Amino acid sequence: MIEVNGRKLSWRRGLTVSDVLAEAGYDFAHITVTVNGVFVAPDDFGAANVPDGADVKAIHLHHGG
Amino acid sequence: MAIFARNVPGMTEALRRRVVGVAGCGGLGSNAAVALVRAGVGELILADFDVVEESNLNRQAYERPDIGAEKVRALARHLRAINPAVRISEHVCRIVPGNVAELFGRADLLIEAFDQADAKKWLIESWCRAFPGKDIICGNGLSGCGRTEDLKVVQVGAHLWFCGDGGSELSLGLCSARVAIVANMQANLAIERLMRP
Repeated sequence: MIEVNGRKLSWRRGLTVSDVLAEAGYDFAHITVTVNGVFVAPDDFGAANVPDGADVKAIHLHHGG
Repeated sequence: MAIFARNVPGMTEALRRRVVGVAGCGGLGSNAAVALVRAGVGELILADFDVVEESNLNRQAYERPDIGAEKVRALARHLRAINPAVRISEHVCRIVPGNVAELFGRADLLIEAFDQADAKKWLIESWCRAFPGKDIICGNGLSGCGRTEDLKVVQVGAHLWFCGDGGSELSLGLCSARVAIVANMQANLAIERLMRP
């Protein structure tokens, strides 16, 4: 089991950040992701494995500053 | 200096040698920079390509005589008028992924104060790649007015924070008070982080 923004999702071997975002329903173009507090670059989403028990944060970035 | 006579104990000494980067000198960046200088941060690195327009005056820390001036130059003048001893590195330029490390490499911490979400994204990525052990404090969701209770600080990484409501879009318009609250949330967190031993 992992948590994505506090929501529980099932875990499987080989789970990547891309898988997690797809399964959680995140398809935002402008998103920042950390896994267990470590930043994951977008280019690495497809290769970055998410370990069992991971705390994933996915932040949708908004215009305005 | 008497300017810091009412500071929180220990703050002036802790902040004097600290360097903060401010990426973007609009609503978030200009207001955060003012708060940081008033707190006693010793050096700021300011970067922005833009000039002050009348439409900025509803929320950015500029005044009517600044219209037409480069934001970095105008903001530096205002900051020196608050504390003449503050050291300011002024960069009138476009910030791009390729110059983030060069511009802000000396900073202990970066305030992300961009307007566009896509730029926020690559700035965070560039900073985290170049300086994985240094803090970056971002603004995210500050449009509209009221709804103060929706504004919060969210830590998503060891060195990555977001301040704002995380959801409002620009179509709501921008209100001076709400923009300044988020800018000051960023500055307040930055001061807290910089005061750590």
